[in-house]
Amino acid sequence: MKMHRFEEIWLVLAAGVIILSMVVTGYQTFALGMGPPSNKETIDPQKVDETAPFDEPGVYQIGENEYEVVMTLQIFSFNPGDIEIPAGSTVHFTMTSKDVVHGFQVAGTNLNAMVMPGHIQKITQKFDKPGEYLVLCNEYCGSGHQLMSTTITVK
Amino acid sequence: MMKAIRSIHAPDAKLTMAHMYVAFAALFVGASMGLLQTLERSGKFTLPFGIGYYQILTVHGVVLGLVLTTFFILGFMVAVQSKTAGKYTSGERKWGWAGFWMMTTGVITTTIFILLNEASVLYTFYAPLMAHPGFYIGLTLVIVGSWLEGFVIFRRHARWRKENPGERTPLLSFMAVITMLMWLIATIGVAATVLLQFIPWSLGLVDSIDVLVSRTLFWYFGHPLVYFWLLPAYMAWYAIIPKIVGGKIFSDSLARLSFILLLLFSIPVGFHHQLTEPGIDPFWKYMQVILTFLVVIPSLMTAFSLFATFEARGRELGGKGLFGWVKKMPWKDVRFLAPFIGMLWFIPGGAGGIINASNQMNQVIHNTIWVTGHFHLTAATSVILTFFGIAYWLVPSVTGRKLTAKMNRLGIIQTIVWSVGMAIMSGAMHWQGLLGGPRRSAYSEYLGNADTAAWGPYQLAQAVGGSILFIGMIIMLIIFVNLAFFAPKGEEEFPIAEVSEDAGETPKVFENWKLWIGVTVALILFAYTIPFIDIIQNAPPGSKGFRLW
Repeated sequence: MKMHRFEEIWLVLAAGVIILSMVVTGYQTFALGMGPPSNKETIDPQKVDETAPFDEPGVYQIGENEYEVVMTLQIFSFNPGDIEIPAGSTVHFTMTSKDVVHGFQVAGTNLNAMVMPGHIQKITQKFDKPGEYLVLCNEYCGSGHQLMSTTITVK
Repeated sequence: MMKAIRSIHAPDAKLTMAHMYVAFAALFVGASMGLLQTLERSGKFTLPFGIGYYQILTVHGVVLGLVLTTFFILGFMVAVQSKTAGKYTSGERKWGWAGFWMMTTGVITTTIFILLNEASVLYTFYAPLMAHPGFYIGLTLVIVGSWLEGFVIFRRHARWRKENPGERTPLLSFMAVITMLMWLIATIGVAATVLLQFIPWSLGLVDSIDVLVSRTLFWYFGHPLVYFWLLPAYMAWYAIIPKIVGGKIFSDSLARLSFILLLLFSIPVGFHHQLTEPGIDPFWKYMQVILTFLVVIPSLMTAFSLFATFEARGRELGGKGLFGWVKKMPWKDVRFLAPFIGMLWFIPGGAGGIINASNQMNQVIHNTIWVTGHFHLTAATSVILTFFGIAYWLVPSVTGRKLTAKMNRLGIIQTIVWSVGMAIMSGAMHWQGLLGGPRRSAYSEYLGNADTAAWGPYQLAQAVGGSILFIGMIIMLIIFVNLAFFAPKGEEEFPIAEVSEDAGETPKVFENWKLWIGVTVALILFAYTIPFIDIIQNAPPGSKGFRLW
């Protein structure tokens, strides 16, 4: 099968750009730990309230400028809500759903994770800039989906 | 008065037109819902009669994503195969009708349950939201019906090969086979989740459902679904548009090669819709990201071939200089203009798709309205404008009528209206998504803070764009009804391009179906076996059903 000379050049360039994208994406994911949230722990979705750590959802300080937020998502709320943390903190979110699939998204950050019943999801973010951040559910979860929101206040 | 001359065998033409009627009825229903959604999300309008936002969103997704596309595509493929490989036998046609009626029954069943508010689960029907079993049973009928028609297309192609031993098969028939093969392999995933998980669970035969397994099977189907929409547009771009501009197909073998590559790389990539999900191994997410990137190659091959065809033709007509050929294109012929504008929209559409698939970058836009903006460029503009571009000649051509100058002019207006409406709506969706605005959400001021307030103007812009698109849809329906029932009788060209003399021989290996099916299956097994076993072995206790609307 013969190919036009220009088409060969075009496809070689295209393949080059794509391979470069693969390498950059792979490097960021595996060497820099920037991959999307993919935690693999599971939980019985019927027994979230009785299973640690979700029997006591809340904000816990676990180090200097380091916090863990243990959070349950359920129609149509985040527990705990109205979270307050000092500026410069690194926050580790540990989340699960008590009913259907929800999304955890914080506008103005890269925090964006699916939270599914039966699975424990984890995602981390450092909050440098003070302000009030909007947390919302970005996966359709029922008629009150658009009301499911809370805030993280960074002081 | 002119005599009506159909371009294909009359009974085949009737089968094609039956599909078109359903497709354009779906366009009317679905686009009307789209208008209501953009108005609701502007915050200036409340849906009447207590109709829920998510109910009309479910209608919009099912009717446009599954019904309009599948019916149009099958009708189109029946016509091009009948034209290029020859008419169907009466037995083949009977199976085609059986498929059509099965699909139509399925559509009606599913629609009834959505309208009864028993199935506001959106077209992705993610568990553990649980719809009425009738919703799932209706969808199953649509899928199985499309399989019957797929087998008719396979059989017709095989019969042509038997009748013409050793010869190169008609390009469009070959492409139809690839498209239906991909559809068949992909729909096995959604059929498996619906038949083995959703139907028994919604009937109460089992108590719980494995959510991650159902989502994985859905997206095994969900990504090739979008290529199933795209491939028929590529068929027109490769093998029909060159004829409309008066040129030839740049290369038969490159066209076939790009279709084979699309078959190989469009299925083992479903994880790129699940990148932010727990429970899937990050290594296998990344492997599927790599496979997703490979689909770029056949798309760029396509872009090259198309512009090579246009440039070659423009120069033949005397176009001088680097871009002189552009002026020689038939801009006033809607059969060219509509799909060409569709191609242009595929440039930003495709680029956005690469962003979405780029593993960690997905976190920036996942489930934001950016994604909605993305597929309204690719599916609802590139593909749909091409489908409209096909309908302008296909409908009169198979019904024995003429595309009049007046309808041609109206078609040009339609193309412009659609492009303007979509530029406004999709552009606003992309920006709002980057600011964090979620998709698939009714109007909400959330907690009334600055983030949400910043979204307001974009939501208004979406309502403006949506209203313009609604006008575009009405214009399209006027043209369709005119071409199907009122246009003057006569003979309209069914454009099929020939292969350029400069193009080389087509290698025989392209018609080696055992090989290509084998490689496709091998790639799917590579991409899915290990992570899928992992998902099943480490599965949590299942979820019971929820009806939350």
